Amino acid sequence: MIARRNLLAGGAGLLLAGCDRVVQIPAARKILFAGEDMQRGLQRALMDRGALAPEFRPDQRSPIFRANGTYDPGTPEYKALAANRFADWRLAVGGLVERPLTLSLADLRALPNRSQITRHDCVEGWSAIGQWTGPMLGNVLKAAGLRRAARYIVFTCADLYGGAPYYESIDLVDAFHPQTILAWAMNGRPLDVPHGAPCRLRVERQLGYKHAKYLMRIDAVASLAGIGLGKGGYWEDRVDYDWYAGI
Amino acid sequence: MDARLRSGPDETPPPGTPIRRHRLATRVWHWVNAVAVVILLGSGLGISNAHPRLYWGRYGANFDPAWLQLPRFPAWITIPASYNLAISRRWHLFFALVLGFGLLAHLLWSLANRHIQRDLRVRRGDLSRAHLRADLRAHWNFRFHDPERPREYNAFQKLSYVAILFVALPLAILTGLALSPAMDAAWPWLLDLLGGRQSARSIHFLAATGIALFTIVHLVLVILAGPINEVRSMLTGWWRVPE
Repeated sequence: MIARRNLLAGGAGLLLAGCDRVVQIPAARKILFAGEDMQRGLQRALMDRGALAPEFRPDQRSPIFRANGTYDPGTPEYKALAANRFADWRLAVGGLVERPLTLSLADLRALPNRSQITRHDCVEGWSAIGQWTGPMLGNVLKAAGLRRAARYIVFTCADLYGGAPYYESIDLVDAFHPQTILAWAMNGRPLDVPHGAPCRLRVERQLGYKHAKYLMRIDAVASLAGIGLGKGGYWEDRVDYDWYAGI
Repeated sequence: MDARLRSGPDETPPPGTPIRRHRLATRVWHWVNAVAVVILLGSGLGISNAHPRLYWGRYGANFDPAWLQLPRFPAWITIPASYNLAISRRWHLFFALVLGFGLLAHLLWSLANRHIQRDLRVRRGDLSRAHLRADLRAHWNFRFHDPERPREYNAFQKLSYVAILFVALPLAILTGLALSPAMDAAWPWLLDLLGGRQSARSIHFLAATGIALFTIVHLVLVILAGPINEVRSMLTGWWRVPE
């Protein structure tokens, strides 16, 4: 009886241990990683393109909205920008666009802005609710005029990981979503350094690592192949995080 | 074999008689789901290690009060063994689809072939105090089948199958969907139903705990009831009426 019990428990144990072997097999890894495409396909099929992430009342905000990832880029260039309260900061919008733009904080503030109280969900499992204000990314891209070949929007940041800037990317469905904004204010104040000053992306239907902080460049591209290691983001390239972070 | 097969449901098959217990659809789903549950539990514990605190409400992070601080789950029980949130999530989100669509197919199929109505329907008699007490006594004496009606599940068996099929697994799926920021945009009622994303995350963990406890009790009872006969019945469909 004991032996049989061990056999059953051992079966579950073998299954757990076997999983680590299975991910090493390229074909099995490919099937497992195809789960991301299935989830994206299913979610996009179930969801209206413009379906809004839930928004909250001011009293429903987190008392303390923790920061994560980089708390301060700390580079000489960033320090110089911060010392001048980002008056010299410029956001470059380029790539596959008709009219490349260079935008200052004042330019962003002068655009029609949107304020939204939304929930930030970290891939680790925690959530925080805060208010974000900024122009819609879609309007900025319309001003620049996307070329027909553009399929993805790539964000390049001021914070360095292993000596290279953090980067992220989204597709045009999320880029033109009304809640996808270039936030320069949080909870009614200019964005502070731990939360991505002077400007960060909010892409409310995806997890936190997609919300690139310390924005420096926005580029429209036809393919993610030439960006970083080709998977569309720092964490996607380094540790196999899903590019589609809707779940 | 033919003569035995012909003994109708009204007759009491004597001990040793092979009975066709589980249909192919039930058997296929059972094993697919067993693999999915083990992988989902293992990878889920790996994901839990990323932020082992549970909250109630809409938000919850390090500065907010947690109602439960979970232990760090050890390598022998997590997928992968060494902490890797990205790979835990790959396993979890792939097998979540296997579990979800598998359960949907199984429930629809079992309604169509009347498995649910015939074998899982809890009758009033099952719930009478006398019946439950007798059933409990039978369990203590390691008798899991009514010798007069060996085809039928006992009351606790029915109740636990109903609880896992219609409560714990659907709840794990719904709370899992509520953790997805995109699904919260698609189906905002999920959050209203569950009381916010961090509540959903807590309930997700509780549902998973229920599924894990069910699995352990299920395995122990398979061993006590005669593991060869029980496992064979779930592989071939044929089960022998015990002595």
